[in-house]
Amino acid sequence: MTNLDIELKLLKEAIIEMTDLVTNQVVNANEAFLSMDTDLAYEIQHNEQKINALELSIDRDCEHILALFNPVASDLRFVLAVLKSNADLERIGDYTYAIAGYVIEHNKSINKELIEASQIIAMFDTAISMLRDIKIAFETEDVKLAKKVYRKDADLNMINKQAADIISKFLEKDGTLTTEALYLFSTIRKLERVGDHVKNMVEVLIFYVKAKVLKHKDIKDKKK
Amino acid sequence: MTDHVKDKELKLPKISAEDVNVFYGDFQAIKNISMDINSNTVTAFIGPSGCGKSTFLRLFNRMNDYVEGFRMEGKIKIDDNNIYKKKVHVEELRKKVGMVFQKPNPFPKSIYENVAYGLKIQGISNKKIIDERVETALKQADLWKEAKDNLNKSALALSGGQQQRLCIARTLAVEPSIILMDEPTSALDPISTTRIEELIFELKSNYTIVIVTHNMQQAGRISDNTGFFYLGELIEYKNTKDLFTNPKNTKTENYISGRFG
Repeated sequence: MTNLDIELKLLKEAIIEMTDLVTNQVVNANEAFLSMDTDLAYEIQHNEQKINALELSIDRDCEHILALFNPVASDLRFVLAVLKSNADLERIGDYTYAIAGYVIEHNKSINKELIEASQIIAMFDTAISMLRDIKIAFETEDVKLAKKVYRKDADLNMINKQAADIISKFLEKDGTLTTEALYLFSTIRKLERVGDHVKNMVEVLIFYVKAKVLKHKDIKDKKK
Repeated sequence: MTDHVKDKELKLPKISAEDVNVFYGDFQAIKNISMDINSNTVTAFIGPSGCGKSTFLRLFNRMNDYVEGFRMEGKIKIDDNNIYKKKVHVEELRKKVGMVFQKPNPFPKSIYENVAYGLKIQGISNKKIIDERVETALKQADLWKEAKDNLNKSALALSGGQQQRLCIARTLAVEPSIILMDEPTSALDPISTTRIEELIFELKSNYTIVIVTHNMQQAGRISDNTGFFYLGELIEYKNTKDLFTNPKNTKTENYISGRFG
């Protein structure tokens, strides 16, 4: 094993640890939001510091590898993929911090019918499964699994698209739900963005493994 | 010349190798290599020691002819003419195909005499013409400013980097169209290396350059196309950016990423 191989192995371990930490934050945000658990919300906000610190550490490691080892070909693509995924994961961490903030601010349970109709539970489940699968895909360089993750983003987009109509119908019936509806809608928006960031991670993983750029191409091209 | 003929000529590769095999006695140094090199490009040959890249480079100005046991099969064409035909004058060929070596090798003469040497050998005796060609070559090799007031100074008093630029000037003075470089910066410090690399980039607009290098980053920085040689074979040959970002062959990837060689 060359020194570069050792550095790349450590980098891979670090980005997987980052994915685990962020996935855990989304799992906790799910629980905290649905049960309005402020203690858990504070824990999420506290853990955000760990994510920020790990993000900086991974950025620094990438910078060192680029400067000291001049990686090329798949090694270079791997470092670039880690660098980009790191930024995406950090943003997902930010969304969980914001969702935790809603829990702390609102601190009251949200109307169950509204929760059910909005499909936010399905959104959390999908976002969490996307994160878990992209971690496995990254660990095993599994492009097939990565493409499955990519397709799941459409589910999040669909729920997000329908959410405004569903929530406004509830508000027409009962105006007292306005505040919780706004927190709910904001959380749905954040989960839709989580999907976009995981989709970015799929694109960079495929770039790393297959040397193919999927960004800004239509779906037909991507299926190829 | 009609535009049609001109266009046809422009499309022809400057150098073309067809099914080339090279033997030194029983040892086969080059195995069935074919490649085209276009005009006004920089082409880098990379590969571990003994892979055949220098042997292949030296075919282009028939430098291997003197090596004992050398035998070649196939064709090497320059401007569509097979340079291994019997009627080819090797001296004429080498006017067209200049060479710069790993270690700067100036003659123990003045700076001026070093550059003028090739011209005098060619029979040019008009001092005015020689002066002009020496000045132009030294300017092209980015040595004029440093050397113009010391043209009679011994070339051996120059630094290593200056000596290598002098050798490039000496090559340019006879107005070749191809310059072969065999690890031209491996004996130089980073500053001198950068100057030579900048020079190669500038010379590309007027010359076709083929360079053998062990420095992968150098190949990446200066060349348009790169060929990876291994055990006498041309494993992969393509656009340098593609070769360094997305090599198709595992051997290429392992070599450029430092995993062997």
